[in-house]
Amino acid sequence: MYLPDFEYYQPKSLAEACRLMTKFGSRARILAGGTDLLHKMKHEQLAPEVIVSLKGLKRLKEITYQKGVGVIIGALATQNDIAGSALLQEKYLSVCEAAHHMANNQIRNVGTLGGNIVNAVPSADLPPILIALGARIRLMGNKGERVMPLEEFFTGVHSSVIEADEILTEVIIPDQPSTGSTYIRFGLRRSGALAVVAVAAAVTMEGQTCRDVRIALGAAAPVPMRARQAETVLSNRVITDDLLEEAGVCAARECSPRSSIRGSEEYRRDLVRVLTRRALQKAIKEGHV
Amino acid sequence: MARTLTDDQGIKRYLVNLKVNGDTHTVMVKGNALLVNVLREELDLTGTKKGCELGDCGSCTVLLDGKPVNSCLVLAVEAEGSEITTIEGVARNENLDKLQESFVNNAAIQCGYCTPGMVLSAKALLTRNPHPSETEVREAISGNLCRCTGYVNIVKAVLAAAEQE
Repeated sequence: MYLPDFEYYQPKSLAEACRLMTKFGSRARILAGGTDLLHKMKHEQLAPEVIVSLKGLKRLKEITYQKGVGVIIGALATQNDIAGSALLQEKYLSVCEAAHHMANNQIRNVGTLGGNIVNAVPSADLPPILIALGARIRLMGNKGERVMPLEEFFTGVHSSVIEADEILTEVIIPDQPSTGSTYIRFGLRRSGALAVVAVAAAVTMEGQTCRDVRIALGAAAPVPMRARQAETVLSNRVITDDLLEEAGVCAARECSPRSSIRGSEEYRRDLVRVLTRRALQKAIKEGHV
Repeated sequence: MARTLTDDQGIKRYLVNLKVNGDTHTVMVKGNALLVNVLREELDLTGTKKGCELGDCGSCTVLLDGKPVNSCLVLAVEAEGSEITTIEGVARNENLDKLQESFVNNAAIQCGYCTPGMVLSAKALLTRNPHPSETEVREAISGNLCRCTGYVNIVKAVLAAAEQE
């Protein structure tokens, strides 16, 4: 299998990359890890005339902690960079776990955080846990940069609010009071399988009382979605097993999965119910796992 | 970034230095050239196999700076500056690596098509983690499909090689 011809650019700075994207607009595509872009080009789903590679922007690979801000993950950090980051393992093991169970080892060595977000695939693994942790993203464009909640980024399958000249540069997980978070995905195989449904939860517990909770669902709607009604069920309540089940039922009701080769709508809804309960239980009992 | 040459038809080619198995090779490739094709067709390193060519099967696995990647999803121009190891670089002075010996001794090879990728994924694991558990071995080769379904012996071979260390 061969790739169609394209013009290749490897800008040395972010500003130059933005300029190139402004110049070529929708004729150009950003190349980060390539596991999605090259795959689509081989399938002739995409045929960009220009490829702007971010290979030269090494700084976007870094994962750092900035006091008063939070954990900053560069958009070019690979899934294995995230899974193996000592900083993330200490602070949010749940994010490492989500990255570790994606695709397979070879893909995780090149696939990037930025690609996992910008491609806006409903079953993407990193957005749900990042949304549950209240992550924000930084977009750099020709007119400057903007920071927005990741949750507001997605508008549909393969679509988002990103402009043609914009590049996702980093994800910020803000310092937070949450006491636990987790991500549970259900796939048909343990490796190389997209999530049929995935649930991420982050909780702030005070004794047995849930002070705050964020639940984010993957592959349960066209975009990664918050299960807000389920969250309301738990907010400021003393947690019992029955209440967690009620939250699961609620999440299953408010999501809108589609039927596909990986699972029917009914099956996915029931998975949402079960996985929501399990994710909450785990985040409450075990912390950030 | 590599030097470029544009021919009479306006087609741009890149002069790329690829460091493969310790040797530097200079090749001239178009921007759309995939690493797997350059290894096989320009450098005659046909030990790297082509299977699905979509990043699912792992037949084309090579090590980029010690990490297994699918060379069917890597542009040759982007491999410049990395140390590339193909299956041809695993044996030393005509002697098989211990891991390769172990594949032979444990009958971990059936049709052989997945073997180069399997060996490289396992090699990367053992370099990083000389004494892996069975789960870790299975995880490490999870991106390498064996259509003969010879996984049991492949796992056995990797564990046996680890024991010899």
